[in-house]
Amino acid sequence: MSEIIQGSTPEVAPTRWPRALRRGPMETVATILIAAGVLMLLQPFALVLYTYSFVTTLAGVVMFTIVSKFPD
Amino acid sequence: MTNQTGLSGLVDRAALVTPPVVARRVRGLSERAIAWLFITPTMLLLLAINIFPLIWTIRLSFTNYRANRPNAAVLDVGLANYQSILTDPDVWAAMTVTARFVFWSILIQTMLGFTLAWLIDKKFRGHGLWTTLILLPMMLSPAVVGNFWTFLYQPQTGLFNYVVSAVTGAPASSFQMLAQVPLAPWAIVIVDTWMWTPYVMLICLAGLRSIPDYIYEAAEVDRASPWRQFWSITLPMALPFIMLAVLFRGIENFKMFDMVNLLTGGGPGSTTEVASITLKREAFEKWRTGYSSAFAIILFVTVFGLANIYVKALNRVKSR
Repeated sequence: MSEIIQGSTPEVAPTRWPRALRRGPMETVATILIAAGVLMLLQPFALVLYTYSFVTTLAGVVMFTIVSKFPD
Repeated sequence: MTNQTGLSGLVDRAALVTPPVVARRVRGLSERAIAWLFITPTMLLLLAINIFPLIWTIRLSFTNYRANRPNAAVLDVGLANYQSILTDPDVWAAMTVTARFVFWSILIQTMLGFTLAWLIDKKFRGHGLWTTLILLPMMLSPAVVGNFWTFLYQPQTGLFNYVVSAVTGAPASSFQMLAQVPLAPWAIVIVDTWMWTPYVMLICLAGLRSIPDYIYEAAEVDRASPWRQFWSITLPMALPFIMLAVLFRGIENFKMFDMVNLLTGGGPGSTTEVASITLKREAFEKWRTGYSSAFAIILFVTVFGLANIYVKALNRVKSR
């Protein structure tokens, strides 16, 4: 009864999925990779950054597609 | 009640006109099978007009195929097209032109759009009429906008030069917006800003309207100045919406083609040659189909990546 009055939250079933590999942080890493790739593609300073921009963006996109299926 | 009777009547009539053979077949199917039956035509259409060309473009990007020589032998060149694009200083230059265009148009549109939204949100007399008038350019087709701005920019007869002349005192025929190297990129930025600032304004307005009044009331009780209220309440709470507008305009401007093609066609020289114009030249003027397919895939991956960030930002705004 006291639990109901205090409004305790229901227990979430524990998952064995590692905390570091959960969807939120991994999506953030993928987003940073994509943003870095786009910046490298559009910057006017170094040709070498432009050369490696596509690989970086592609890695970010593939990672984002995969990690968006991970549990929260 | 009348509606329900009408609906059931319609269903009865539909059942009556359905041929018995079809009705018997459909009745024997499970719900899942019926769902597949309805979805299949759409999926086939999507596969035919979206997925198949994409896969075909990926395939062509690894070859030396030329669409103007369909009978010539097609050789597999591996990653050579990608390597060539990603080490070519001319393509890099086109990317930097695109970046400059995207940066300036988004900066001006965001500042103007947010200011307009902030003013419209004040709900002054006749604000509905002003909102409608401001939204008009956004409703026009880019082809129409490109054509009539070409007339407006005419040095001899265009209205734009006369307005600038009246404001600055410089003779109207002393400058050509679309033909001079320093002015041509700005001509495109002006048109894009004129057309798409209303869109940014709409998104910012949604953000401003989502801020509850009680926060401002609490700030007034604490004797916060209007300036302080703007920096501590209005701007931080509207920021996710502003970011959304920036991302969406960024994606759209990155693949901008129609307006640039109509206004300058990439000229003078290659001053306004954005990535999509380079792509068109490679594909339909030089007929390097394999090379341009690789270029298209690079642009596609970039836009797809930006769209992922956009969806993530959208989810964050929705969860607020």
